[in-house]
Amino acid sequence: MNGRVNLMNFNIDLIIQSFPLLILGAGITVQITAISVGLGLVIGMFVGIARICRVTPLRWLAAVYIDFLRGTPLLVQIFLIYFALPIILNQRVDPFIAAITACGINSGAYIAEIFRAGIQAIDKGQMEAGRSLGMTWVQTMRYIIVPQAFKNIIPPLGNEFIALLKDSSLVSVIGFEELTRRGQLIIARTYGSMEIWLSVAIIYLIMTLAISRLVAYMEKRLKTS
Amino acid sequence: MIDIKDLRKSFDDHEVLKGINLHINPQEVVVIIGPSGSGKSTLLRCMNMLEVPTSGRVVVDGIELNGEANINKAREEIGMVFQRFNLFPHMTVLQNITLAPRKVRRISQEEAEKTAMELLTQVGLADKADAYPPQLSGGQQQRVAIARALAMHPKVMLFDEPTSALDPEMVKEVLDVMKDLAHKGMTMAVVTHEMGFAREVGDRLLFVDDGMIIEQGKPKEVFENPQEDRTKLFFSKIL
Repeated sequence: MNGRVNLMNFNIDLIIQSFPLLILGAGITVQITAISVGLGLVIGMFVGIARICRVTPLRWLAAVYIDFLRGTPLLVQIFLIYFALPIILNQRVDPFIAAITACGINSGAYIAEIFRAGIQAIDKGQMEAGRSLGMTWVQTMRYIIVPQAFKNIIPPLGNEFIALLKDSSLVSVIGFEELTRRGQLIIARTYGSMEIWLSVAIIYLIMTLAISRLVAYMEKRLKTS
Repeated sequence: MIDIKDLRKSFDDHEVLKGINLHINPQEVVVIIGPSGSGKSTLLRCMNMLEVPTSGRVVVDGIELNGEANINKAREEIGMVFQRFNLFPHMTVLQNITLAPRKVRRISQEEAEKTAMELLTQVGLADKADAYPPQLSGGQQQRVAIARALAMHPKVMLFDEPTSALDPEMVKEVLDVMKDLAHKGMTMAVVTHEMGFAREVGDRLLFVDDGMIIEQGKPKEVFENPQEDRTKLFFSKIL
């Protein structure tokens, strides 16, 4: 061998041995992504609506929220929540809570913009029809505008889910053991950089492809209904 | 029923309504005609505050349209039918009609559906209760829109060019429903280009141009013997 590094050194056994651990990590990645997008969806809906409501301070607050979270790196936001927030709270923040909070409020800002665009794409005659029937602005939003907007925003929402699934790898820096962090830990033990990073990349790819197919399917079904 | 005093409306620096005074009596059918851009639709939309006047006052059924609460309350009594129907595409015909009565009037689902079916029968669409609006023709959609407005049991109905977006063969079915409504004693304000309807159903004809009521009177008299030059000019172009 003479210490030469070539593809012949590729250690399939290492991949097979590490696979269960990596899959567990992938499960956690999916979990924090799903919880974060769920959180982001709730935040995004309210912030997105606030962004276009008639109450000026609310509109202004929503704009600040969106600008701040889209204008600063997610990594820095994770540090802020995991390292800076405990100083204010005088209490340690659990890595899982820190991870979903950071990812959730971050995706909330992006989803808010998706919602705003989705709502503004609805014909303004819909709001007029609702209001002319005596419904309040909130009722019309709730029963007429938002349900229609939801249908329109499924494709961009799918993209946001995929983006967050990849960005969730950033929470590995606070030691939270999702897919990327698991990979790092296995490499620290086995030095199998090539095998493990390749496996990690392929697992991410399989997950993102699966999600984009799922979104395409949902889009098609909604279109026909 | 509707009382409008010195109503003015400007969009930016363009004054669309230049001081309108109008009183509409209960059970009266007022037809508003005029060239496009004359302000007739804006006038109608001020009657339920879809357009907020720059100045003046609008009183409907004794409620002055000022402040959110008053406006919502008044709108319960004012049905509106739009040129583009504006049905809710994600709901069935039945859901379109029952939504506001349930959420605004707080009546039960069963009662709302019973009323909705009666109204659908009245407009000849009882078999379409479970259809979605995009599956219906324009004329059918507009009849559903009328039923939806009627489900609130309004005291006034506003029609904003209700047949302008329809194919010619569907105009009659909508006008027939409106005629029927007028004969049942509904108070109506109708912006339209249908001169036949104006003549036959209208109690009063309003000719609006350049943001002002130029001339008004019994439709037959205005049509046959217009007093103002602008009215004559308008008729010479369309009749």
